[in-house]
Amino acid sequence: MRDMEKLLILGAGTAGTMAANHLRATLDQDAWSITVVDQDTQHRYQPGYLFIPFWMKPERVVKDRRELLHDGVDFVEAAIARVHREQREVELVDGRRLSYDWLVIASGTRPDPTLVDGMADGALWRDKVHEFYTYEGSVALKEALAGFTAGRILVHITEMPIKCPVAPLEFAFLVEDHFRKKGVRHKVDITYVTPLDGAFTKPVASAELGGLLKDRSIRLAADFAVERIDNEQHRLVAYDGRELPFDLLVTVPPNVGQQFVTDSGLGNDAGFVPVDKHTLRSVVDERIFVLGDASDIPTSKAGSVAHFATEEFVDNFVAATQGRPLPNSFDGHANCFVESGRGQAMLLDFNYDTEPLKGTFPVPVAGPMTLLKPSRVNHLGKLAFEQIYWKMLLPGRRLPVSSHMSMAGKRRPKE
Amino acid sequence: MPTNTLNGRTFEVDTEGFLTRREDWSEDLATDLAALIDLELSEDHLATLRFMREDSATTGVTPTLRRMQTVGGFDIKTLFALYPGKPAKKMAWLSGLPKPVGCV
Repeated sequence: MRDMEKLLILGAGTAGTMAANHLRATLDQDAWSITVVDQDTQHRYQPGYLFIPFWMKPERVVKDRRELLHDGVDFVEAAIARVHREQREVELVDGRRLSYDWLVIASGTRPDPTLVDGMADGALWRDKVHEFYTYEGSVALKEALAGFTAGRILVHITEMPIKCPVAPLEFAFLVEDHFRKKGVRHKVDITYVTPLDGAFTKPVASAELGGLLKDRSIRLAADFAVERIDNEQHRLVAYDGRELPFDLLVTVPPNVGQQFVTDSGLGNDAGFVPVDKHTLRSVVDERIFVLGDASDIPTSKAGSVAHFATEEFVDNFVAATQGRPLPNSFDGHANCFVESGRGQAMLLDFNYDTEPLKGTFPVPVAGPMTLLKPSRVNHLGKLAFEQIYWKMLLPGRRLPVSSHMSMAGKRRPKE
Repeated sequence: MPTNTLNGRTFEVDTEGFLTRREDWSEDLATDLAALIDLELSEDHLATLRFMREDSATTGVTPTLRRMQTVGGFDIKTLFALYPGKPAKKMAWLSGLPKPVGCV
């Protein structure tokens, strides 16, 4: 009898959990072991971080990672030190070494507030300077918002790329709605501060989202490259000399890959792993695939991308282990709900080659979802997704949405 | 894709005026383009553009300001002094690379 083949997956978040469960259903139990490593046992529903400052109970976003993994998947709770790809081994911080035949890196991205002067090292951090990209940050922001009734709020992106690039816009719309409902909207000045030249990166979405900011009387400060946070004067300072005063700063710190990726020599300057964007296979090591936010693919870092990419990956992985050509080509498909306040949401659907367009989804004209236009049904879709995530996505059940983007229902802008 | 002609040189651009073909670029073209935005290219300017060309040739994407600092060794404040207002955008345009969007 030959030895078991060993698949090691680094990270038990959206991509790692999905990959483990899909592959456990695909690979022969007697021929393959699957082991997932993560530094803790808490799987967080990250889209919930957006809602915690407003209404969602924090404990609702957490489940035990081990309960989300299928039988036959081993879980190791440990921090990762580095990948030794010459030996095909992963070294853990506690000194243990795990060998592998094939490696999947699904270790995601993390906010690093130490990269901006006056952010994590400033006196105002978690006091008047907040973020909602971590569980702790989101809970702290909830308290800060509860006591805020008048003044200037900045909703700020430090630099791109960031996880869920629409989340700061959603936060701006939700916080505007929050103060409107409290009857103090007229006492709160909200500015959306971005390093981009508009509300979003792509023209059609930027125009629609920019229009919505204007409708809600949210100011836009574009092309803002932050140099530092002035903790004494309570100002956000840009390299070009602009200074924006604030009473509450809600920032998105720079997003980087995990330290072990950099320490292993596998990351680019931001710690993301260069891969072939259609196969998610490492460009330097054919035994390594990278799923979810950890790679450098040029599309949104978002759960929907991890989902669609992982579905394409499964058959490719099996083919790779058998020495066959990879059958599937990932198109960069992303599908993002954008909360727009007033109990409504917009929907963006796009890929590497097609920017977010207007129209209906998934069926032409009938919808029922509306692309790039606020509607109640989109908002209900976003809320319903929480249960779909836990009960269908992570266990590896296929959703009735194609992993490839479709042009059906989309309208191209007039030339 | 529209085609532009400047001082006898022809090059293809996207709807926002950024070059779409790498091979259309030259330092002379950059110098002529710079004049359109009231910049006179010094050796310091050219050093940034050369780095962007070399870096993007291996990565396939336009470098961010942070990368210009961490990998290229250029001080971000200096870049703002060299290219007032919007350095990332101006440098991308002058070096014939796609507009830096940091993805979607």
